[in-house]
Amino acid sequence: MNSFFARKYVIQGIFISVAILIIARLFYLQIIDDSYLLSANNNVLRKVIVYPARGVILDRNGEVLVQNEPVYDLIVTPREAKDIDTLLLCNLINIDTVGFRKRMDKARAQSPYRASIFEKQLSSRTYAKLQEHLYKFRGFYVQNRTVRSYPDSMAAQFLGYILEVNDRDIERSKGFYKAGDYIGASGVESSYEELLRGNRGVKNLMVDALNRPKGIFSEGKYDTLAVSGDGLVSSLDKDLQILAERLMKNKIGSVVAIEPSSGEILSFVSSPSYDPNLMVGRERGNNYMKLLNDPHKPMFDRPIQASYPPGSVFKVVAALTAQQAGVIDQHSTFMCPGYYSYGGGRARMRCTHVHGTTSLVHSIEGSCNTYYGHVYARMIDSRGMSGPKAYDLWREGIMKFGIGQKLGIDLPGEKPGLIPTSDFYTKRYGSTKWRSGYNISLSIGQGEMGITPLQMANIMAIVANRGFYYRPHLIKGIGEKKIVKEEFTEKIYAGVDTKYYESVIEGMSRVVNQPGGTGYSVRINGIEMCGKTGTVQNPHGENHAVFFAFAPRENPKIAIAVFVENAGYGGTWAGPIASMLVEKHLKDTITIPKYIQDRIFNANLLPAVKVAAPKAKDAAKVAANTTAGLPKSRIPSTLRINADFSPRVNEDNARVNPLIEFNSQVYE
Amino acid sequence: MNNQRANNFGVKIDWLTILLWLLLCIIGWFNIHAAVYDPEQPSLFSLGTNYGKQSIYIISALIIGACILIIDAKFFSSASPFIYGVTVILLMVVLVVGRNVGGNQAWIPLGSFRLQPSEFGKLATCLLLANYLSSQSTKIPNTKSLIIAASIVLLPVFLVMLQPDTGSALAFFSLIFVFYREGYVNTNLLIFGGLCILLFVLTLLINQWILIGILAGIIGLLMYFMRRRRKNLINLGILFAVSSLYICCVEFAYDNILQAHQRNRIDIILGKMDDPRGQGYNLNQSKIAIGSGQLFGKGYLQGTQTKYNFVPEQSTDFIFCTIGEEWGFVGCVTVVAIYVTLLLRIVHIAERQRSAFARIYAYGVASILFFHFFINIGMTIGIVPVIGIPLPFLSYGGSSLWSFTILLFIMLRFDSNRKGIV
Repeated sequence: MNSFFARKYVIQGIFISVAILIIARLFYLQIIDDSYLLSANNNVLRKVIVYPARGVILDRNGEVLVQNEPVYDLIVTPREAKDIDTLLLCNLINIDTVGFRKRMDKARAQSPYRASIFEKQLSSRTYAKLQEHLYKFRGFYVQNRTVRSYPDSMAAQFLGYILEVNDRDIERSKGFYKAGDYIGASGVESSYEELLRGNRGVKNLMVDALNRPKGIFSEGKYDTLAVSGDGLVSSLDKDLQILAERLMKNKIGSVVAIEPSSGEILSFVSSPSYDPNLMVGRERGNNYMKLLNDPHKPMFDRPIQASYPPGSVFKVVAALTAQQAGVIDQHSTFMCPGYYSYGGGRARMRCTHVHGTTSLVHSIEGSCNTYYGHVYARMIDSRGMSGPKAYDLWREGIMKFGIGQKLGIDLPGEKPGLIPTSDFYTKRYGSTKWRSGYNISLSIGQGEMGITPLQMANIMAIVANRGFYYRPHLIKGIGEKKIVKEEFTEKIYAGVDTKYYESVIEGMSRVVNQPGGTGYSVRINGIEMCGKTGTVQNPHGENHAVFFAFAPRENPKIAIAVFVENAGYGGTWAGPIASMLVEKHLKDTITIPKYIQDRIFNANLLPAVKVAAPKAKDAAKVAANTTAGLPKSRIPSTLRINADFSPRVNEDNARVNPLIEFNSQVYE
Repeated sequence: MNNQRANNFGVKIDWLTILLWLLLCIIGWFNIHAAVYDPEQPSLFSLGTNYGKQSIYIISALIIGACILIIDAKFFSSASPFIYGVTVILLMVVLVVGRNVGGNQAWIPLGSFRLQPSEFGKLATCLLLANYLSSQSTKIPNTKSLIIAASIVLLPVFLVMLQPDTGSALAFFSLIFVFYREGYVNTNLLIFGGLCILLFVLTLLINQWILIGILAGIIGLLMYFMRRRRKNLINLGILFAVSSLYICCVEFAYDNILQAHQRNRIDIILGKMDDPRGQGYNLNQSKIAIGSGQLFGKGYLQGTQTKYNFVPEQSTDFIFCTIGEEWGFVGCVTVVAIYVTLLLRIVHIAERQRSAFARIYAYGVASILFFHFFINIGMTIGIVPVIGIPLPFLSYGGSSLWSFTILLFIMLRFDSNRKGIV
């Protein structure tokens, strides 16, 4: 002890002060500031996404339409990938050394320490080859996931395809999708995306400072399991669909077959089609561009996106609505001299034949234009109201048959078709004082009228049901419980009483079953099929062949519409196709003469690609859309059918009737 | 002490200190186990691992400690010039034959074992300093003896700086407490020293001209209040002039004398630089480890930062991270409390010595332990720059554990003999 004894207190004081300083700092770090815990978790946690299997799609008989097939993504951690035999790897996965370097640079740019995808979607065969040598490639490993596979290569437009999500999809999904995910981009894959995709699982892995995996975080407490997507049962009949696609091969057009008692679509063909397997895998991009540039537009979903003037089938609707309106009854007759004259006798609409005195049944059987000219005149001119008002009433009546509006099928991109309002004509003629003569072509389903093949088939379903329909749909059961969407179980009435149908149906039956009927050659033994042929004149080439039918007459099982562009007569081309499909569906056999079958199967009715300029323009447009990355470009809305549909016009029409302008409008 | 119990050697040992020492060793051992844990060799005694080796170092430290307690206390005081001499020679030898580890040529390889002379340099310096100052203790402190005493400290500092091991060199400066306690440094000087450090830090943080401006403002105000006494005005004027000169010197030294990595470390601490991937990586990961421990920690062997090697040097300089992460605030406070208790106990022991030698030596021990404790823990929590020095008794390593143990047990030996004359 000496004179400086008291200084020990200073020293002790310093020691204690420093301890307090340290404890205060620790208190801040450990108790107050939570960010360090977060940083520690960020350091060590790697969320690994477990991809769920996408829902499988079956046909109505339980046959697989779409399934999942394993593919293998090659993953690389650039820093670990050293001293590898680049050339061997390139050969194994079919890339060149330039491509190798490019991929490596890309991966390195993301992070040299983290694993990133080197090459996507190697097939099982490539993988098998690679696997033997994989041990030689340090830093590379393979991660498997699934892609879609279509065992029968059919129904491409119905099934659609999936694509990697783009930025807009990610934004719209509010974070559900992450870069690299797949999303249904068209067809059922798109419209049922939320059911098919399932839920991703997350595995929380721990990694060390060098990013090496070190096990599962908290024994998987925060992990979630992947939930597979719901399976879907389609209403399609696979065999019928395959047959229909074979029949439509090398033809442009559509086939839609509906089961009238449920609205289930049995067959849905858009021709030309493509193999949906082309939209999967490493060559997808190239295949996609090829399909986009194909002049016959295989990506165009004709049954719901193409609309045509319906022609003769419309007479069925006209006959029914006129009876309901009370302007005719089943006994009404009109005199057909071979034409319908109107506009005070100044104008004529030619008929197919001179039918003479024609009854309602005969008017359907013989497809008498004159009869329906009179019917339309009564609908518009004789109801004690102005033309436009009567027209709107008429329009309202026919729209109840599901035309001029979207039917609500469970596919994206459905088009409504077109039935103009009275305003359209008022505007065109500059006054409201127009009458039936101003748009008489509508009476026989020509002119400014566009109907999709789906709507045509649906009209047949209404007739088959004698007055109602169910929304046509392609998915009849969702998930384990085979749930049917409520909107597809609702009966929708077409506004015409059942009693008015019989004479129309009788007329349709005679078309097929009475010798001399335009469809007599495609009748089916033992089944009373009711049908209607149609031949839509095409000023640019061969006529379009149309055939509508349902069968059997009592308790119908199938309603069908077949539309073949540039084919010629409906009875010759569309009729046999419809007949074979109906017989196949009802009797599971085909009895139509072999030579007719061969003629249909072997026919190539694809028009020669004639005009180069508009095609180039289209291609440029499409290319522009594609490069802009707009998802809309997946369904090329700018595509047009390269045929015009002009109504049948009296040759001296222009001279006789300046009022009527049959415009050859192109419907998308 | 009322308890005059004597053991077989006729010495009275301060068991509290030994208990604290043992506690720290064991805490260190367990945390080294966690820091370098190898799942294939889970045993604390697996000799292939650092925790297995540490168990041997601890046992040998115990033996060394026991030996020291047997040796006559007089030996240490009389042999101190010899020990100092040998150490200085070793410090020179290491510059020639030393192995360079992490930029510091601090290790002499002896078979499988490496000796770090700078660790023993502190011991030798403490002993010789105690020897010299105790010989001067009857006199009033004077400049000559201050210079000699300072030279005893500065010689090893100079040699250690040549390695260059700045951390270890700085540790010698902690002996200022000894000079202070013995009256060679007065309280004003201690305050002046504190001010110097404060101004140093401020200079690096703030532009020197602004700092000088602020200083002028403060001193101007003080002059205004003290304007009655001319002497004060002169003093304040001198203070201002000296401070300004000092600031300029610091600025110059910082830019031109410090090495780039040292500048970076200081910049990070001062928040002038944010670089969590580069220089700041250690500190950032260390703070994450400690901060994520929260109140009770993640549990033994459960720290993810620790297990997955996010903190470099975790078993040695950054051992405190392990405690912070796995034992949380509670564990940290416990360790800090044990240290403070030990330090205060050493001061208490120092003050109860009859012999000046023992007192001075004990203060030396306290100073050096305090410096390591403060700088090491301070750097892991980001209040002092990253300086690579071990945490006494906890960090992995034989040299460090033994040298601190010898340091402490020699003090205990003197204490056990405190009634006698050295």
